[in-house]
Amino acid sequence: MAEIKIKNVAKNFASYQALNDINLTVSDQEFMVLLGASGCGKTTLLRIIAGLETATQGEVWINDRRVDHLPPKDRGIAMVFQNYAVFPHLTVFENIAFGLRMHNHPSAEITKRVHRTAELMHIERLLKRYSGELSGGQRQRVAVARALAMEPDVILMDEPLSNLDALLRLEMRAELKGVLAESKTTAIYVTHDQVEAMSLADRISVMNQGRIVQASDPVDIYRNPAEKFVAGFIGNPPMNFLVADKRPDGRWTVGGQPYDGPSCAENTLDFAIRPEDVVLAETGIKAKVNVVEPLGAHLLVTCDVNGAQFRATLDSDANIGRGDTIALQPQLDRIRWFNPSNGMRQSLEKNDV
Amino acid sequence: MTMASSAPQDPRRTGRYVYATAVFLLCAWVLGPLYLLFVNTLSSPEAVNSFPKAYVPEFNFESIEFFMEFAGMTSALWNSIKVATLTMIMSILVGAPAGYALSRFEFKGKETFRILILLTRAFPLPLLALPLAVLFIRTGLDDTIFGLALVHTTLAVPFAVLITFSLFSGIPMELEEAAWTLGCNRLTAFIKVVLPLILPGITASAIFAFVISWNEVFAAAVLTIENRTLTAFLLQNLDTSALHLKFAGGFILVVPALIFIFAVRKYLFAMWGIANR
Ligand SMILES: Nc1ncnc2c1ncn2[C@@H]1O[C@H](COP(=O)(O)OP(=O)(O)O)[C@@H](O)[C@H]1O
Ligand SMILES: [Mg+2]
Repeated sequence: MAEIKIKNVAKNFASYQALNDINLTVSDQEFMVLLGASGCGKTTLLRIIAGLETATQGEVWINDRRVDHLPPKDRGIAMVFQNYAVFPHLTVFENIAFGLRMHNHPSAEITKRVHRTAELMHIERLLKRYSGELSGGQRQRVAVARALAMEPDVILMDEPLSNLDALLRLEMRAELKGVLAESKTTAIYVTHDQVEAMSLADRISVMNQGRIVQASDPVDIYRNPAEKFVAGFIGNPPMNFLVADKRPDGRWTVGGQPYDGPSCAENTLDFAIRPEDVVLAETGIKAKVNVVEPLGAHLLVTCDVNGAQFRATLDSDANIGRGDTIALQPQLDRIRWFNPSNGMRQSLEKNDV
Repeated sequence: MTMASSAPQDPRRTGRYVYATAVFLLCAWVLGPLYLLFVNTLSSPEAVNSFPKAYVPEFNFESIEFFMEFAGMTSALWNSIKVATLTMIMSILVGAPAGYALSRFEFKGKETFRILILLTRAFPLPLLALPLAVLFIRTGLDDTIFGLALVHTTLAVPFAVLITFSLFSGIPMELEEAAWTLGCNRLTAFIKVVLPLILPGITASAIFAFVISWNEVFAAAVLTIENRTLTAFLLQNLDTSALHLKFAGGFILVVPALIFIFAVRKYLFAMWGIANR
């Protein structure tokens, strides 16, 4: 049972506010991913949970125990660092055994656990080697094994795959997910890679400039971004935005077409739709095609709608060329609306998606 | 292949010649005098004082033997070892923690502190030695091993601080932090992770301190009378000695330092490699 609660945590570096009123609960055995662009404060938050950094204010609770005054060793956490931090003067075996020795486990137990985790991470053959004799991927495995061997309540990982090449990253990603699900450890995983976040997470916390903007499961984040920032950050290519003007009858004009939308005081809203949620139609939003990129399964078409850029992924059989004017019809239940003044999503009262 | 290597203008080949010549000149520069010292020390007094000189040693130990029996000689040698060892220990005990603090902590005046450390080397020793002599006489530290080691420590500490600073800086903070998350406190993490990694470098800077003290002559000459170190002792006595004794004295002074440096050359190169960054 390891639940993490972060309450009103803020962090200032001199006058720079790196974290701003962070509230987050990670439930037992959950795989939580902190996702955000570089510099948004992910590492800082992780280090505050680990005890490597002191919060300027706020509380950190692990297992109903307040831990923010405790040193890292007394928090029941283990951490995997971005550059692995494998001890260069120790063999792989001794690296994995390091934490167990510090906790005075009997040596038979240590040997057993080291071999078990090494087997789990497929590094049994490397136990006698030093870190200098390992590849990046192997070091990564040692770092994870070293953390897992501790059987911690919580495992914290800071961009653990970011230094690996693309293929290896894919392989390790799947493996990590399996291993962590198996170990039933609560995990907090930091990354700037949304695909990684989507594929690993039970829940994603999207961060922006020291704030958590939205914390939800991957599909919900993708379908129902809480803010325009999330909509523009998640998805590749990201969501399209068009200006919507209120009509006298309460509907909204988008690209010359009327759509049902929220009833609110605002006179303009941002209309948002994902590129894959539009289809080619007889009538619809008029778009002038600028670029056509055939991607095999579909065409990625970049167009211009009243001066705004708009991307659509269309069927690859569509016969479209540069300079064409096409009509695009959005899938109505996938349309989202954002308030341009604060960027928050404007919900429709009837079905609050 | 053949064409390229026999071409007269092959720049790589010219480069090799320049390289070989440079290596040869440097070696000659260092080894030449050492060899002459060696030959003359191990020659009989007659051979040393006659002309032309011999270029092969006779392995005649007369000068050395004379020297070792010279009154005060062995005790001076012994004093030198004691002072240098004490200097070595003190400068590491003071320098390494300072280097660690400089590399790991942010504090006000850190830059000023670093410059001040360097500035301690800006004062010529003669300027310091006389007031120090007066001070030492007042406090009773004059003519003691400890007092001299204290002065040598002030000479060696700046190097110890700067060398250990760069060594500590070369050890990623994450290694220590990883140790903390694995159950260490600051001290145990230092002992289990930092110390093993830093030990070769510490050894090197300790040896550097030893050699500084071993070679130092001015403070030693001013601050000691009865308990002279080897350098001070030789300075005092060699002036008036015969040529073969000067050679023997030089030899005795040089050899321990050489052996010492040779023994730890691996660490010295490691230290320079890091300290040059
Ligand atoms: N020790 C520090 N001193 C000053 N500023 C820092 C320090 N650590 C991080 N920052 C700043 O805080 C912000 C967040 O950093 P970080 O948490 O490392 O971001 P991320 O991991 O999301 O890329 C950055 O703008 C960074 O410059
Ligand atoms: Mg980071």
